[in-house]
Amino acid sequence: MGLLNIFKRKKIEGIDNTMYLTLRDERRISKENNKIIKYYERMKARKNVPEEEYLTQMRDPNNVVEFENLHTYFFTDVGTVKSVNGVSFDVPQGKIVGIVGESGCGKSVTSLSLMQLVQAPTGQIVEGSIRYKANDGKCYEITKVPRDKMLKIRGKDISMIFQEPMTSLNPVFRIGEQMDEVVLLHEDGMTPESAKKRSIEMLRLVGIAMPEKIYSKYPHELSGGMRQRVMIAMALSCNPRLIIADEPTTALDVTIQAQILELLREIKEKINGSIMLITHDLGVIAEMADLVVVMYAGRIIEKGTVREIFHSPKHPYTIGLMKSKPSGKTTDDRLFSIKGQVPNPINMPDHCYFYNRCDRAMEVCLGEYPKLIQFSPTHFAACYLYDESRLSGDDLAKE
Amino acid sequence: MEKAKIDNDYILEVKNLKKYYPVSRFSISKNRAYVKAVDDISFKIKRGTTMGLVGESGCGKTTAGRSILRLHDITGGQVVFDGKDLSKISPGKLRRMRPQMQMIFQDPYSSLSPRMPVGEIIGEAVREHRIVPKSQYRSYILKVMRDCGLQPQYFYRYPHEFSGGQRQRISIARAVALNPKFIVCDEPLSALDVSIQAQIINLMKDLQEQYGYTYLFISHDLSVVEYISDTIGVMYLGSMMEMGDKKRIFENPMHPYTKALLSAVPISDPDVKMNRIILSGDIPSPVNPPSGCKFRTRCQSCMEVCARKVPKLKEYEEGHMVACHLYSQD
Ligand SMILES: Nc1ncnc2c1ncn2[C@@H]1O[C@H](COP(=O)(O)OP(=O)(O)OP(=O)(O)O)[C@@H](O)[C@H]1O
Ligand SMILES: Nc1ncnc2c1ncn2[C@@H]1O[C@H](COP(=O)(O)OP(=O)(O)O)[C@@H](O)[C@H]1O
Ligand code: SF4
Ligand code: SF4
Ligand SMILES: [Mg+2]
Ligand SMILES: [Mg+2]
Repeated sequence: MGLLNIFKRKKIEGIDNTMYLTLRDERRISKENNKIIKYYERMKARKNVPEEEYLTQMRDPNNVVEFENLHTYFFTDVGTVKSVNGVSFDVPQGKIVGIVGESGCGKSVTSLSLMQLVQAPTGQIVEGSIRYKANDGKCYEITKVPRDKMLKIRGKDISMIFQEPMTSLNPVFRIGEQMDEVVLLHEDGMTPESAKKRSIEMLRLVGIAMPEKIYSKYPHELSGGMRQRVMIAMALSCNPRLIIADEPTTALDVTIQAQILELLREIKEKINGSIMLITHDLGVIAEMADLVVVMYAGRIIEKGTVREIFHSPKHPYTIGLMKSKPSGKTTDDRLFSIKGQVPNPINMPDHCYFYNRCDRAMEVCLGEYPKLIQFSPTHFAACYLYDESRLSGDDLAKE
Repeated sequence: MEKAKIDNDYILEVKNLKKYYPVSRFSISKNRAYVKAVDDISFKIKRGTTMGLVGESGCGKTTAGRSILRLHDITGGQVVFDGKDLSKISPGKLRRMRPQMQMIFQDPYSSLSPRMPVGEIIGEAVREHRIVPKSQYRSYILKVMRDCGLQPQYFYRYPHEFSGGQRQRISIARAVALNPKFIVCDEPLSALDVSIQAQIINLMKDLQEQYGYTYLFISHDLSVVEYISDTIGVMYLGSMMEMGDKKRIFENPMHPYTKALLSAVPISDPDVKMNRIILSGDIPSPVNPPSGCKFRTRCQSCMEVCARKVPKLKEYEEGHMVACHLYSQD
């Protein structure tokens, strides 16, 4: 994207290192932002875009989604928040990919980018690509798909389950009405009767005992676990190939969480789809995921198969996370804890973002942001500890 | 006045505690219905130890904690704190005892006043209760802040400038500043990230070691409860289902609900596959709980007697009590 370079050159001086802004600064930022935002909004609103412009090829035909160097920024009045700052990973067909990280590290924004649901106009995908293979065999470059076309893809091929089901269900409509609507919108040749039949069938599929009764209830009449089931039923009603589950069990009790996770696993088998599972609970990841992506402050710091991540974590942050969760085996008097906190998202340092909290930080870590080092065909981590070309003899000796 | 028996080993003794909330006045039935949020629970906590209280959402954990501190009236029962029966002492005396019993809340965002600087949040009650002489006030607050991992320059800053973990430190400092003996911690970690949770757990443990606090630690995260507690109580729909030493509960859970709860915890090891007990359905409404054993609608071992008789909480091995008909009730 050539355009980004123009913005880069105009990088707003003085903002990146200060916390407190004057009103003049704010006005200047806001003016710059408006220019940038307008450009992106115009691109998305275009009508009758020829398909060639947004059709593409997958790098690997076994993947459903490929994120490549994705950058999603929020152009706020106090500065640019680089919520997703160069993220690349694949979601293979039939697999569960778990995304972990602290709150605010960009997990949700990554998945919202795929749905083109990032809060516009402040939030924009500014660089990178998201390739998506749809049911019809076509591959879409999501970052270029115009809005009208995206409506069709979203909900039919990709479904999303959110953390708090109450916010995504409309409180004034009955469950059934909302479910039918989704089916009617996305499936051609559906009548109201056949839509109702499909909805009830889906409610039964997610283990609701009396689907007809639930069909005519309002969302507030259901418990949290029931609402989450309804959300899943709704997400499944159009045979999606990809389900994005953003903290689907965080608001639920462990016993209900166990029910929902079991359900998601069953469903995945049934529809032979893929799941992007976002959570901050390492236990949930260990149980559900085939592949794991660990994010920190908008970047991927480590990725690999679930065994690689849990049995031989490489990045000090991943290692710290594993150690800081108490388990039955913890015998020490004190838990391992990662000191400090995530840096301010507006003033990200130029070096490794984890530097201020890292217990193994070295001098080279103050250099440019560490590259991803490969450990196996699937396992990568971004850390100087493993960058042999950059390590001095002393550092290697410490290793 | 019957003198409550002083057992110095136990700082807190809860006997048959009940707290019922009336269901809305517009209810159709003539008999007033009640939510039995806490329905006859009894337990004791030894001085300087931690009791973990676990159970599903709505089972009455918070209500139990608030009732013990007398943050609201109770429907029945007795709370003996440090040898004094709290239901019998005068309001003035209760007020004077307040500093000794503190509470830390789940949500560090709403529990701190946004208009007060940190120093004032921590110090307000210290002045009110004259915990230290005026001349030492400032150095005392700064010491408390240091104990809780807060830097002295935060004294004049406002809560909104802090992250969730730091705010939780501030609420801990506020409780600790009053020099309490007993602290109810109501899900103090659930709004925090894993890496920050570990910092707060360590802080709480350090403070306990240093000052000998007694904690009632409410949580639904069993791995945290296992780590921090000495004894554990498992609640379901307002009743205590199982209670005992941590080791006993985790190594030999006896109640079917405890077993299900323990098996539901996801394990951070992809190679360990649990033989999971999946409970069907949701927790029933506490307005109209099932007869007999409250857990029977979700219990896989339910028997005929379970619907007829309420199982009594009985001790089956030393320091391990269970309420279930699977075990002899005589
Ligand atoms: N002020 C109130 N008026 C009426 N009912 C109440 C009130 N406070 C709590 N309840 C009810 O009492 C029961 C127990 O509530 P409590 O808040 O103690 O649960 P909890 O175990 O702390 O749950 P959670 O894990 O969700 O915090 C619930 O059914 C709740 O709806
Ligand atoms: N609508 C928005 N406006 C401005 N900033 C936002 C918005 N949504 C998210 N962000 C910022 O983007 C970053 C990543 O957020 P998010 O992806 O929601 O985190 P999480 O990993 O917890 O899902 C955070 O710093 C957050 O403050
Ligand atoms: S690059 Fe350096 S500072 Fe960053 S995680 Fe690795 S060792 Fe720590
Ligand atoms: S008393 Fe009966 S229903 Fe209740 S837990 Fe025991 S076996 Fe199950
Ligand atoms: Mg999120
Ligand atoms: Mg509560």
